[in-house]
Amino acid sequence: MSYELIGISVLWLFLYGYIIVASVDFGAGFFAFYAKVTKREHVVNKLISRYLSPVWEVTNVFLVFFIVGIVGFFPDTAYYYGSALLVPASFALVLIAIRGSFYAFENYGSKQSNVYMFLYGATGLLIPAALSVAFTLSEGGFISEANGVVSLDHWKLFTSGLNWSIVALAIVSILFISASFLTYYASRANDQPALQLVRKWALFWATPTIIMALTTMIALSQNNERHYNNMLDLWWIFGLSVAFFLLSLALLYMGKNYGLAFIAVMLQFFFAFFGYGMAQYPYLLDPYIHIASSVTNESMAIALIAAFIGGLLMLVPSLILLMRLFLFDADYAKGKK
Amino acid sequence: MEFDTVMVSRLITAMTLIFHIVFATLGVGVPLFISLAELIGIKKKDNHYILLAKRWSRGFVITVAIGVVTGTAIALQLSLVWPNFMQLAGNVIALPLFMEVFAFFFEAIFLGIYLYTWDRFKGKYTHWLISLPVVFGAGISAVFITTVNSFMNSPDGFTMDNGEFAAVNPIEAMLNPSAPTRIAHVLGGSYLTVAAILATIAAIALLRKKGAASYHKKALKMTVASIFIFSVLTAIAGDLSAKYLAEHQPEKLAAAEWHFETEENADLVLFGWLNEENEVVGEIRLPGFLSFLAHGNFASEVTGLEATPEDERPPLWVHYMFDLMVSIGMFLIGISLLYLLLSKFKRWNVHKNWMLWLLAISGPLAMLAVEFGWVYAEVGRQPWILRGYMTVDEAATSSPYIVHMFFMFLLLYIVLGTLFAITLRKLFKDNPAEVELEKHYPELREGETK
Repeated sequence: MSYELIGISVLWLFLYGYIIVASVDFGAGFFAFYAKVTKREHVVNKLISRYLSPVWEVTNVFLVFFIVGIVGFFPDTAYYYGSALLVPASFALVLIAIRGSFYAFENYGSKQSNVYMFLYGATGLLIPAALSVAFTLSEGGFISEANGVVSLDHWKLFTSGLNWSIVALAIVSILFISASFLTYYASRANDQPALQLVRKWALFWATPTIIMALTTMIALSQNNERHYNNMLDLWWIFGLSVAFFLLSLALLYMGKNYGLAFIAVMLQFFFAFFGYGMAQYPYLLDPYIHIASSVTNESMAIALIAAFIGGLLMLVPSLILLMRLFLFDADYAKGKK
Repeated sequence: MEFDTVMVSRLITAMTLIFHIVFATLGVGVPLFISLAELIGIKKKDNHYILLAKRWSRGFVITVAIGVVTGTAIALQLSLVWPNFMQLAGNVIALPLFMEVFAFFFEAIFLGIYLYTWDRFKGKYTHWLISLPVVFGAGISAVFITTVNSFMNSPDGFTMDNGEFAAVNPIEAMLNPSAPTRIAHVLGGSYLTVAAILATIAAIALLRKKGAASYHKKALKMTVASIFIFSVLTAIAGDLSAKYLAEHQPEKLAAAEWHFETEENADLVLFGWLNEENEVVGEIRLPGFLSFLAHGNFASEVTGLEATPEDERPPLWVHYMFDLMVSIGMFLIGISLLYLLLSKFKRWNVHKNWMLWLLAISGPLAMLAVEFGWVYAEVGRQPWILRGYMTVDEAATSSPYIVHMFFMFLLLYIVLGTLFAITLRKLFKDNPAEVELEKHYPELREGETK
């Protein structure tokens, strides 16, 4: 396996990790706000804040890890995406800053106000919207380079059907992932009223998720035929994704095995996300960044991979400890600790 | 001054760093003192120290939150604002950036555990042990990031081949010539500053005379002793940094010291200003001391600014930054030493108002010194972003929207700063130490009223 392939696989895995962890967080923010507006906050919000309190910082690190990693492995991405994404990424940064710090201010500082709940819910949807623009850009046609100046066609991006369907897909996926996780967490905590409510949400958001996925495929076929055809060639991966989607839906519907249902949701997105990424290979930005020509020098690649392995050896045990203490400790989830 | 995209790029980065460094410094230093307080508390079976650790960690969470978000901002802004720099330097210096994220990840996980498990373990030391990875993660993060900044000052670990970096050695790049002294100075400075900030909190509480005096006095004793130790260590590291500069980056030292002509037995210029002919007036001159500072020998030759081509010289106002930083450092050594000496005399009350006032201003002054030091470190490297290889003009983004982004981030930092102050105030005003002591440890009720 070449260095660039190892590099991009690891990074893609981390981006996938971010998508799952952040989805739970972002969706939870929206649901907490929605529950407050519909006067059902007493049913679920305790559950939500109990889960989020110990893990919120961890979420952010996944994102920074991906960005620092991709710039390290493929320095050209800093040049093209850095130049082009100044505006959307800065917006995402401001939203992340508001969300992260307000979370701390409100949770450790004082009681939860309506303004805070609104911001928490709204940023949960706006951050993924702003970040998912990067996926649109990678398809090509929005970024151009002339005389050593990289520029982004903001208007074309704003009016692109592909862009909006990717944004919509990101948002509904988040709500689906988050609701199915909360269903599992509620069952773990044995909180029946909350369980019934979040299970309903999970079932509701399943349909838009699959509809938006298909819409995005259609928009992609008009935008980047190469990518689309590659995806068709990888039909079996997307078939697996759909199969896991149906499994999770069935389990949620029957109301049993919520843990397995959430794992099925994770696998659904795992296959869809990797199928999407493999189809885009070998471009990181069509047609400017080719994976083989943009990869960093050999010694840096080896050093990064070594650091990555060393880092994982430190992190995995710590993460397991964190999860055992909070996530999977039934007494903690129930609020007894 | 022209407000082109390069200028605005510099301003936006300066703004983010000036804001972030406050929280980064606290983030590096506070865990050490939380850990120390808890350890002393367990050893001495003194709940005052346990409460100290608890209250410090509660405030710390808020600073971490802002540290995380501004740290994310600077991590992304490196690529967004300086895309050409990251494209070039990423090839050589990506490793420590990458490892820093791991270190932070590690720290964040254990901080989460530490905060939520005060009463969950049976073993006496188990909870304290969890603080160690936090202290370690915070410190090593600072080490990694400082190696990146050092690399910008003294690039190493590669050869230049047709405008591209070749024969890259990432470890050598990390261990570049300026890294060791700068790491020591940054770490020492962070611990010093946090000790001073915590001393300020205790001193103000004692000045207000709202009670819990012995609790605050213990905090003061512990933090002032730390100020003394770390101010001396930081000064030594700073001195070594100056010797490094004299050797490898003479223009940076020369600009800070207003040393224009290369000469032996060079004078050290303190303060003063420049008149219209660019001559130094109103200064204090210490004969031969610059030679001593630079090479440890009063007779040695110190390279002047004249040796550097005019368009590669840093601006001369960094002199003030340098002098202010050093003056504050000297003040901190002096005040902490005085406190420690006076507290040896049993009959002398060391907690007199003037002493408390001097300690109360130590924290803000120390934080200012951190800012002055970083401004000197960054501006003193100009016009380079990567000394000898790339200037800031070549590195900056060409996007015209950078101006809008500047104001957006300015607004963000104003909002964050304000909310930070309000939240901290609320957090501790509604629940002062004396109330919490009474509530959780009524057995420690004190007889004294002072």
